[in-house]
Amino acid sequence: MSTAPPADPDRRHNTRRVGLLVLAAVVLLVLMLISIAVGSKSISLGTVITEILHPTDSEDGIIIRSSRLPRTLLGLAVGIALGAAGALMQSLTRNPLADPGILGVNAGASVAVVGSISLFGLTDPSAYVWFALFGAAVASVLVYVLGSGGRAAATPVRLALAGAAISAALGAVVSGIVLLDRAAFDQFRFWSVGSLAGRPLEVLTELLPFLAAGSVIAVALARPLNALALGEDAGRALGASPTRTRVLGVLAVTLLCGASVAAVGPIGFVGLTVPHIARGITGPDQRWVIPYSMVLAPVLLLASDILGRIIARPHEIEVGIVTALVGAPVFILIARRNRMAAL
Amino acid sequence: MTTTPPTSTHPRTTGRPARILLARSGRVSVAFRSRSLWVCAGLLVTTLVIAVLSLGTGDFVISPSNVLRTLFGDGATKDTFIIHTLRLPRLLTAVLVGIALGIGGTLFQSLSRNPLGSPDIIGFNTGAATGALFVILVFHGTANQTAVGSLIGGVATALLVYVLAITRGVHGYRLILVGIGVAAILTSVNAYLMTRAGLRDAQGAMVWLTGSLNGRSWEHVRPITLALVLLVPVALWLGRDLRFLELGDDTAGALGLKAERTRLLAVLVGVGLTALATASAGPIGFIALSAPQVARRLTGVPGPNVVPSALTGAVLLAAADLAAQRIFAPTQLPVGVMTGAIGGVYLAWLLSREWRKRRG
Repeated sequence: MSTAPPADPDRRHNTRRVGLLVLAAVVLLVLMLISIAVGSKSISLGTVITEILHPTDSEDGIIIRSSRLPRTLLGLAVGIALGAAGALMQSLTRNPLADPGILGVNAGASVAVVGSISLFGLTDPSAYVWFALFGAAVASVLVYVLGSGGRAAATPVRLALAGAAISAALGAVVSGIVLLDRAAFDQFRFWSVGSLAGRPLEVLTELLPFLAAGSVIAVALARPLNALALGEDAGRALGASPTRTRVLGVLAVTLLCGASVAAVGPIGFVGLTVPHIARGITGPDQRWVIPYSMVLAPVLLLASDILGRIIARPHEIEVGIVTALVGAPVFILIARRNRMAAL
Repeated sequence: MTTTPPTSTHPRTTGRPARILLARSGRVSVAFRSRSLWVCAGLLVTTLVIAVLSLGTGDFVISPSNVLRTLFGDGATKDTFIIHTLRLPRLLTAVLVGIALGIGGTLFQSLSRNPLGSPDIIGFNTGAATGALFVILVFHGTANQTAVGSLIGGVATALLVYVLAITRGVHGYRLILVGIGVAAILTSVNAYLMTRAGLRDAQGAMVWLTGSLNGRSWEHVRPITLALVLLVPVALWLGRDLRFLELGDDTAGALGLKAERTRLLAVLVGVGLTALATASAGPIGFIALSAPQVARRLTGVPGPNVVPSALTGAVLLAAADLAAQRIFAPTQLPVGVMTGAIGGVYLAWLLSREWRKRRG
C-alpha cells in the first residue's frame, strides 16, 4: 500500500505537474543568467554565456566571476534552502503561518550574530556563520522542546506560541545588546536587512554541506509527512514514526535556515509565501510541494534581487526588502482568496 | 464558513463548580465569578506594591512608609519633588499604558480567536514604528511629532489590515495572515530606513522602536488618561458581546447580536487603545500578547477577560519598568527590552507548566 494519498487515477495530472516543474526550472535558469548580467555595469547575455563556458580575463569576466556569479549561486542555494524549510515547517506544524521568523529560528541566529559581533568584534559574514548556525539550532530545539512538552504532540498553536515567546525573549536580548553597543548596532542594522551582495564564494562553499544535508532530509521526509497528514494514528499505521519525522524535520529546518540566515541575514517571506503557491499548483502532496517550493523559492529570491538592482540604479535595494515588498502582497492576496484553514 | 475553531488552549476548570455572584439593579445584572474577583483583587494589590517599590527606588531611596506618606500629601519637600515630578508620572504612564495594551490585546485576541491575533503580531506596532521612523529619520521631528507620526502610522496600518481582511466579513485567521503580511512589508521598510540613516539618528530611532518610559512627565499622562476614561467603558461593554461572538456568528445572531457591528467597534476601540499606548511609550512589545493569556490562565475563564487583562498588563509593564531601571543601573535600558525578556520567559514557563501538567 502506498503511503501517499490516493494515487491519481489520471496520469495527465502528473504529467502536468512535471511539465510545470520543468517550466519553473527553465525560468529559474533564465533568471540566473539575467542575475549575472544585470548590475551597475550591464553585461550582455551573450557575453555572460560565453564567459561561463570559456572564462577569459576580460573586465566582464572578472566582474562575473568575482561578484555576480557568487551572488547568483548564493541566491540559488539560499532560495532552495528557504523554500524547502518553509514547506517543511508548514507541513510539520500543520500551520500555514509557520516560517523561520515565527518559529524563532531567525531570532536565535540574530542573538548569536549580535553576541559574536559585540563580544568578539567579528565583522566578516563568514566569521559569524557558525554563531548563526549555533543560535538557530539552539532556538529551534528550545521552541520544539517547549512546544512538545507533555505527552501530547506538538500542535501548531503550541509551536507558534512557543516560537513567539522565545522570539520575544531573544529579540529583547538583541535590542539590549544593540542599544548598549554602538559598533554592534552599526553592523547589525546592515546584516538584519538581508542581502546577497558582497559575500565571497567561500561563504557559499562553507555552508554548502549544511544546505545539502538539509535539502536531502527535506526531500526524504515527503512520504512520512504525507502519511502523518492523515493524522498521527493513521500515519503510524502507515509506518511513519511521528517522533522521528518531527525530530528529523526540526534538524533539517535548523540546517537550512541556520545556514541561510548566516550567509545572507534573515530574509523573510520566501519561506512563508512559496509553499502556499506550491500547494496551490500541486495540491497537498508533499512529494510535489517540497520540490516545487525548492524551485519556486530561488525564482522569487533571484527575481527580487534583480529587481532590487534595477529599480534603484546605480544603487541597489537589498533583497530582503524586495522579497517582503513582492512576497507579502502575493501572500495577502492568497490569504484573501483562499480559506486557508489549518493544514 | 471559514470560522476556525477556538485554537487557544483552555485551562482545565477546577473540579468544583465555579461560584458565581450576581449583582442586580433594575435592568442591569452582572455576574461575577468569585475566582475572577479574587484574581483582580490580587492583581490590584500587586500593582500597588510595585508602585510603592518603584516610587521608592532609584538614585535617591525613599522608604515605603515615606512613599505612602508623600502620596497622601504629608511628605518631606524633597520626597514630594522626587515622587510627584519625577517618578509618579513615569509610573502612571507605565500603569496606564499597560492597561491600554492589556485591553487592546484581549479585544484583538478575542476577535481573531487566536493568541497570535494581538496587535504586536498583526502589524500594528510595526506600522506605528514606521510612522515614527519617518518622522525621526526623514523629517527630523520632535518627540511630540514622533508620537503623532506613530499614531498615524499605527491607525493607518490597522485600518489597512482590517480593510484588506474583509471579504464578506472578517475572519480570525485571515485577519492574522493579512496582518503578518502587512507587518512584513513595514518591517522591511523600517529596516531600509534604518540602513539609510546616519548612525546617531538610527540609534535614537532604535531606542524609540524598543519602547521606553524614560523621562515621562505629566504631559504624557494626560492624553492616555483621557483615552482610557473614554474607551474602557466601551471595552467593558464589548467584552460580553465578544464572548457571545466566540460561540460563532450563528449563535451570537440568535442571541440578537449584530456580529459585524460588534467586530468593527471592537477593532476601533482596540486600535484606539493600542495607538495611544504606542504614542505614549513607543511600540512596547509583548504586553498585548501575553497579558490576556496570563489573565485567562489566572481566572480560568475563556474569552475576553477585560478587567483582569487590563490589570495584568499594568502589573507586567510596571514590573518590567522597575526591572529595566534597576538591573543594569546606572544604565537605563528601555522598558521594551524587559517586557520582551520577562514576558517571553514568563509565557514560555507558563505554557510549559500547563502542558506538562496535562501529562498526568
